[in-house]
This record gives sequence, C-alpha cells and structure tokens, in this order.
Amino acid sequence: MNGGSFYPVSYSDTLIAFPSRRRAASASKGQPVLKFILRRIGASALVLLGASFLMFILTVNSGDPLQDLRESNDPNRDQLMAERTERMRLDDSDWERYWDWLSGVGGCFTGSCDLGVTINGIDVLNLTQQAASSTLRLITLSTLLAIVVGVALGIMTAIRQYSGFDYAVTFSAFLFFSLPVFWAATLLKEYAAIQYNNWIAVGQYAPWTIVIAALLAGFLLQAVLGGSARRRLVTGAATFGFVAVLLFAFNALDWWRNPMFGIAGVLVVSAAAGVLVTALVAGLRNRRALYAALTTVVVGVIAYWFTAPLLVNEPSWLLLIGLFVVSLVVSVAIGAAWGGYARKDSMLVTGITGVITSIMVVADVLMAHWNSFLGVKSRPISTIGSQTPNFNGEFWERVLDMGTQILLPTILLTLVSVATHSRYTRSSMLETLNQDYVRTARSKGLSEREVIVKHAFRNALIPITTIVAFDFAALIGGAIITEQVFGWKGMGALFQDGLRAVDPAPVMAFFLVTGIAAVLMNLLADIAYAALDPRIRR
Amino acid sequence: MSDIRNSNPGGEDYEPQVSVSSTDAVGLAAGGSAAPQPGEDKSYSQGQLVARRFFRHRGALTAMIVLGIVIVVAFTSIGVGPIPGWWPKDYTLQYDKIGDGAPTWEYPFGQDTGGKDYFALVMRGTQFSLIIAFSVGIISTLVGTLIGALAGFYRGWVESVLMRMTDVFIVIPLLAVAAVLGRMAGGDGILGLALVLGLVTWTSLARLVRGEVLSLRERDFVLAARAVGTGAWRIITRHVLPNAVGVIIVSATLSISTAILLETSLSFLGFGVQPPDTSLGTLISEYQAAFATRPWLFWWPGLMILTIALCVNFIGDGLRDAFDPRQNRSKD
Repeated sequence: MNGGSFYPVSYSDTLIAFPSRRRAASASKGQPVLKFILRRIGASALVLLGASFLMFILTVNSGDPLQDLRESNDPNRDQLMAERTERMRLDDSDWERYWDWLSGVGGCFTGSCDLGVTINGIDVLNLTQQAASSTLRLITLSTLLAIVVGVALGIMTAIRQYSGFDYAVTFSAFLFFSLPVFWAATLLKEYAAIQYNNWIAVGQYAPWTIVIAALLAGFLLQAVLGGSARRRLVTGAATFGFVAVLLFAFNALDWWRNPMFGIAGVLVVSAAAGVLVTALVAGLRNRRALYAALTTVVVGVIAYWFTAPLLVNEPSWLLLIGLFVVSLVVSVAIGAAWGGYARKDSMLVTGITGVITSIMVVADVLMAHWNSFLGVKSRPISTIGSQTPNFNGEFWERVLDMGTQILLPTILLTLVSVATHSRYTRSSMLETLNQDYVRTARSKGLSEREVIVKHAFRNALIPITTIVAFDFAALIGGAIITEQVFGWKGMGALFQDGLRAVDPAPVMAFFLVTGIAAVLMNLLADIAYAALDPRIRR
Repeated sequence: MSDIRNSNPGGEDYEPQVSVSSTDAVGLAAGGSAAPQPGEDKSYSQGQLVARRFFRHRGALTAMIVLGIVIVVAFTSIGVGPIPGWWPKDYTLQYDKIGDGAPTWEYPFGQDTGGKDYFALVMRGTQFSLIIAFSVGIISTLVGTLIGALAGFYRGWVESVLMRMTDVFIVIPLLAVAAVLGRMAGGDGILGLALVLGLVTWTSLARLVRGEVLSLRERDFVLAARAVGTGAWRIITRHVLPNAVGVIIVSATLSISTAILLETSLSFLGFGVQPPDTSLGTLISEYQAAFATRPWLFWWPGLMILTIALCVNFIGDGLRDAFDPRQNRSKD
C-alpha cells in the first residue's frame, strides 16, 4: 500500500487478497471479470473451510462444556451429564464432530440446512436467522452512514490540508479510533439517551443553548468553506443568524415535540439537495443535468402528493420497497430523457436526487408521527434491546420505535468507522492529488470541481473500496461489544453465550454469518474495482 | 499490500519506499526525499533525518511525552512486584471512606464501593494493560515480519501456504478468535493472554511486509548480494528487512494501540484478564453499573485507555510521516 495509508482498520485488518493486476492479467481470456470472480469465490471458499476448522477446534477445546453440571449438587447430575454428552457428541473425536457440523452446513446447498443444536438442544438455524437480521440491520446502516460521512470528510480534509478544519477532523478521527467502544457506549447511554429523554419531555431549548449552538455551527461552516478572512466572517455570521432564527422558531412552534416538514419542506430541501448534487457531479454549467435534477424533485413531490394516503395508512414493507424501486427507475429515466452530451452524468445526478427525495418523503411521514409516538413512548430513546417489548402502534410508530432503538449503537459503530474511512480517504486523496495527471488536468484548464471529482477522487476511490469492504467484516466483530452493552439479541450474543458454554454450534453460526458476509463484501469490492479501474476489466 | 500499489495508476513505475530508510549495506538507494535540504551544509544520516522529522511533528512529540509520563507513573507509583512505589496506599487494602468516596486530595481518583484507593487500582490495571499491549506488539511484530518476509522472499509454494494461512486468520473476526483463545488462556495469567493475542494480531503486518519484500527482492542490491553468494537468511536480515524498517516500525506502533483496545474489550466481555489480575477493561466492566452513582469509578479507567491508545496512534502517525514524508509535501 502506498505512502501513509498503512493504517490498520480498527479491530481488524485487511482481508483475503486484493485483486492484483497480476492476477487480473492472467484471467484475461474469455470473460475476464466473470472468470476472475469465480476464481476468487473458489479461493475464498477454501479459506472459509480452513478457518471454520480452526475455529471449531479452538472452540471445542476452549473449556469444559460440562463444568456447570460438575459443580452442581443436582441429584440426577450424572444423568444430565450423560444426556449432554450424548447430545453434543462429546465422546466423539473433534474431527468427527467437525465433520458432522460441516455435513449439516453442506445440507444448505441441497435445501436442508442444519446448523446443529445448542447446549440446551435449541435449533441454531432458527436462532441465527433472528440474530442475523437484527445484527445485519445495525451493521448495514452504520456502514452506509460511515461511507458517506467518512469519504466526504476525507475529501474535504485532503482538499484543505493543514487547515484548522483538517487538524480538527484528524484529531477527532484519532480520538474515535482510540475510543474503547464499551466505555463510549455507556457514556452515550447517559448523555445521548437519558438526558435527551429528560429534555424531550419539555422540548424547549434555553436561549443560551441556542446562542452556543449557532456560534458553533457558524464557526464550523466557515472553517470548512474557508476563503479570505472577510468571506469567512460573512459565512460565519450568516450561519449564526440562520441557525439562531431557526432554533428560536422551532422553540416557538414546539417543533421538537411536534415536528413538521410538510410537502413544501420536502420540495425545498430536495431541490436544494438536487442543486448540490448537480454542482458536485456534473457542474452547474451543465444546465440539462440541473433541469433533470429539478424535474426529478418535482415529479417526486407530485408522486408523494398522490401516494400520501397509501403511505400514511399501514403500508407494508413490500409496498415501500416497491415504491422506492419505482422512484429510482423513474428518476434515472428522467436523467436519461434530459440526457444531452453527458447522459451518464445526468442519470447519476437524477438517481442520487431521487434517492434523497425518497428519504425526505419518508422523513416527512415519520415526523408527522413523532408526536403520537411520544404519546405511546414518552422516553423515546432506549438504551436496551432492538425493539421495545410489547410495543403496539401503527406501522410508522413501530418504524420510529425501531429507529430510536437502533440510534445509539449505530452512532457508536459509525463514529469508529468514520474515523478510519476519513483517514484512508484523506491519505488516498492526497496521494492522487500529488500525481502528475492531476497537475496536467489543472494545467489544461479544467475547473477545480472536475479535477477533484473526475481525476483525483475517482482514482482515490480504488483503495478506499477495499478498506470499506474489510471494515464491514470488522464491524460485525465490533458489534459483539456494541450488542453486549446495548442488550441486543444479535450475533454477538449468540457468539458470547456459545463461547461461555463451550458450545460450538452457535459460535460456528456466528462464524458462518461473518465469514460469508466478509466474502460477499470482498466480491462487491472486486466488482467495484472492475468498475473503477478499467485495466482490471481488460 | 503490493496489490493496491499495482492497481494504482502509477503502479508500474512505482518507486518503493526504500529510499527514505536505506540502511542497506550496499547503500544504493539514496532517494531524493532523503537528500539534505539545499542551503544546509551539514549532512545527516538516515536515522538522524527520521528523528528530525519525527521531533518536528508536534502531535507525536506531545503524545510521546504524555505516554512516557503515563508509563513512569503507572510503574513507579505502586511499584512492580516486590519493589515498592512512592504511592503510600495499597490497592488491596480497604480504607475508611471519605463521604461517598468521591475524589479528594487524599484519594485523587476517589475510592471504590469498598473503600479501596482507586488511584492504586487504576495504576495496577494500567500496568497490566501496558504490559499486555507491549508484549502483544512485540510478538505480533516478530511473527508478522517473519511470515511476511519468508512469503515475499521465497515466493512459490512457501508464499501460497503462508498467505493462505494468513487469509484463514483474517477471515475470522479478530475479536472472535481472540475471545476463543483468551478463554483458553484465561488461567495462564497475563503473559499467556499476551502470547495468544500476539498470535492472532500479526496478519496485517505480514501482508504489509510481504508486499514490501516483494518489491525489494527485485532490486539491484539484492541481485548483487546474490551474485556474490550471500545466503538467503543473510539477504533477508541484512539487505531486505532493514529497508522495510519504516513499515515495520509504524505497524508495530499501531499494533500496540490495537492490542490495548483488544485486551480491554476482551477483559470487559470476560474473556481476557481474569481475577485476581486486573486490567483497565475489567475495572470498567466491574464498575459500569456504578456510573449513575459513582461516575469517577467509570471515568478514570476509560480515560486511561483513551489516553494510551491516543498517544500511541499519534506516535504512529509521527513515525509514518518521519519515515515516509511524501504526503507532507503540499500540493504543487
């Protein structure tokens, strides 16, 4: 790896082989990418097999599964011990037990999965399905957030190298990946959950809080945007004024307990996002892209107007996903229709704008339900569990419940990943910004946006892809701790309980899910590589 | 990690980092970035250049001083083994509680629920965590360097076997395999724990060193050494590894911060340090319920972990800049 990018990913390291050019070149006959990917899957399967054997042997030898019974004074102790020995096949050799487990897993390919039973005879497959869904929900959300925030921060700090903003982000990044997660989790529980819950009962900001928040926002924004002293002052003052007025208005409207966004809000925010996306991806001088983005927003809002009754009254997940897919297709189609000389750019712009508009619509619906949600659950942010037990509410209130439960662990996992992603992106961007082709791009008169987005960022993305993929697997490991602190019944709990009882079946189930997730993410990274670096496709 | 480099746009004509840290006997590789700056008539050795760049990194320097203070205080205050320290209180004794045990001049870190002096307890935990972290750093660096160097130098089946082995370790989440091994080594005290943690954290260094060695072995000075009949082991230890020292040192530093977080996390989960030994992780685990009533029991060990890990990360960053200053050039 080049230059400064030899940072270890927290709790993890890099995984399986990168697609090197050597290998890519050797797979150049026929359909290179497909062949290449198949080979990678084959190699990964072998690695998984070896790792599963190692894990199994280590787990069964990590302690005595009969210990609790040996220490008990139960009169039928011997019978219980004999039963457990029989059930877990403790008299067989480790090899035989491993083979037994492996053939059970092998059954998954023929449609009859068998992941074994726990020490108490509970079917592990069932447990795994429940646990994996809650863990993957957590991990996926944090990964997505971390990619967006981390890469954005990394680019901004690379562009503004050695600015106050760069130093601040660098220091925070160091702070976050030096943070003991279990410790930070307890702090977050106290300050983000309990204090917020106390505050939301009233939902009013004190005037001095507003002044401080506005000052902070103004200071941050001027540091990010930079420029001359005069320009910084204007930026800071304008932000201060805007935030202060906004927060006072929120207070007056009791917005925090009764938030609203309204269809006009969706329109304004999505349009602003559309303009921003256009400015970043295609440049505002590409009018067709700009009009395409704005068309997408208008069509989205009109569609929201018509589908609102569908959305508000007990929709199903399937309907929501269907609507999302439809809106994505429609937005990309709008981009293609406006097209012009840079059709791909327009389609990318409208695609992203469409996703943002959809998110805004969902946010609007959720906000409309916040007040009634507070009525059902007066202390909204919980610190334990992935769902409030016996929670009865409408569809959107249930979604809000899940959201408030997932909030804290997500923040925590995201922070750590953002730290690594931003550092990697920064060093990768600095590396490319120093390349000759970037200087060439500048000297032939391209705009700074084009230099950064098209020449530097696209090339910087290649190493970042790898890191993101590896980090996903690392996050599942990190989730063990997060789940423990927040009392989630996920893969982490499955692993821990299994290991405490020297019970291989749940431990191996944990390994299977993490291993397969790691392999899949690497495959995605390979495909992304092929998309980003045409030399691999050749 | 040569693979990333290979897929970079400038991959083919990439200049390996040897130039900045060439202590090679043949000494062919005095690169441009290592040359003395114009206008200075004094010339510096590679080591001096690295040291100068390191000491100019203010964050790293501060971190080194802070970490030094932490280490000195942790080991001298309560003493090590039979050697007594300067702190008058013992971590095993229960003292009369002052009030609810909040920090006072008498007990700067407060007292725990039973009246024990929390400063002494935290210092003991810090000692254990530091010992484990540094041992893990040393073990994983040795193992990683060895495996990476062998794989990169010999290529062929040796490389295949060693790198597939590395992949096997990498595919298991680090925390998971560490927890399993930690549970196995639980009864063997902290050195046993340090050993098993060292045996699972070498993977990233092995890959880095392999990548570095892959590019170094093709260079002229290795060819020259081969031509005069130098043995493989001597080439590796005298010609190749000294040129990869930058990567190794930085990675070793950062593995210490990984180790301290890993150890405290494991101890927090109950798979790491077992009583009667203690570490910063077990202290947090023990007192996390006391957060609402006795927050100081919770704050101090966490802040110690944070301080140590932060310092180590900053030192690693400073070392990286010192060994490989290419990124520090502003855009030109």
